[in-house]
Amino acid sequence: MIDLNTLFYAAATLFAISIIVCIFRIFLGPTAADRSVGFDTINTLVVATMIILGAAMWETLFIDIAIVYAILSFITTLFIAKYLEGGVAE
Amino acid sequence: MTFTWPIILIIILLIISVVFNILGTIGLHRFPDVYTRLHAATKCTTFGTIFVTFTVIAYSVRLYILTEEAKFINMAIHTLIALIALLATNPTGAHALARAAHKMGVKPKKAVRDDLKDADQHKKKTVKKMVIKKDKAQGEVN
Repeated sequence: MIDLNTLFYAAATLFAISIIVCIFRIFLGPTAADRSVGFDTINTLVVATMIILGAAMWETLFIDIAIVYAILSFITTLFIAKYLEGGVAE
Repeated sequence: MTFTWPIILIIILLIISVVFNILGTIGLHRFPDVYTRLHAATKCTTFGTIFVTFTVIAYSVRLYILTEEAKFINMAIHTLIALIALLATNPTGAHALARAAHKMGVKPKKAVRDDLKDADQHKKKTVKKMVIKKDKAQGEVN
């Protein structure tokens, strides 16, 4: 019989597959903005994966790290956007 | 595992989150330009991750009711804080990226109008007029 923890691990695996698919967009993206969009999506998916693994392993520490990761990735995205604004059109 | 209603609720929330996250990833590949990709990826993954946090909150509250250990209610509160951080940061980052793409000069595909460019030009004109008026006023004072 399946357990709820097994379902959580399955969801985490699906998120990991989504992250791998997003990495292709970073390699393919025609402009720098496309790559940044892929990077932003990966950040959100990593937060989701961390939260669901924290629930599956009963570790609150993972969720704390997810909070810090969300805020730091937000700052990174803002600085990338600030850098792109001064960039040259492709 | 018997399927009582809290377990069914948790499973439904989990399925919604997984489906929306995967749809966001597919949208990232299927759409033609930056703005539509941003639209698909950000909206879908934000919605999916909100439902992930709902799943974990429901799961930890259920475990707290079953075992009455304090660490599970602790986990629920921390997940709520993660939800608030995510809701505040994710749309702001997407907005900044879209603005950066527009200032970079990336054109939307198949679009014929550019309202943001017109608005910017209008703003520049009005600022210029105001500056001229200010100079005139200062000249009169001097």
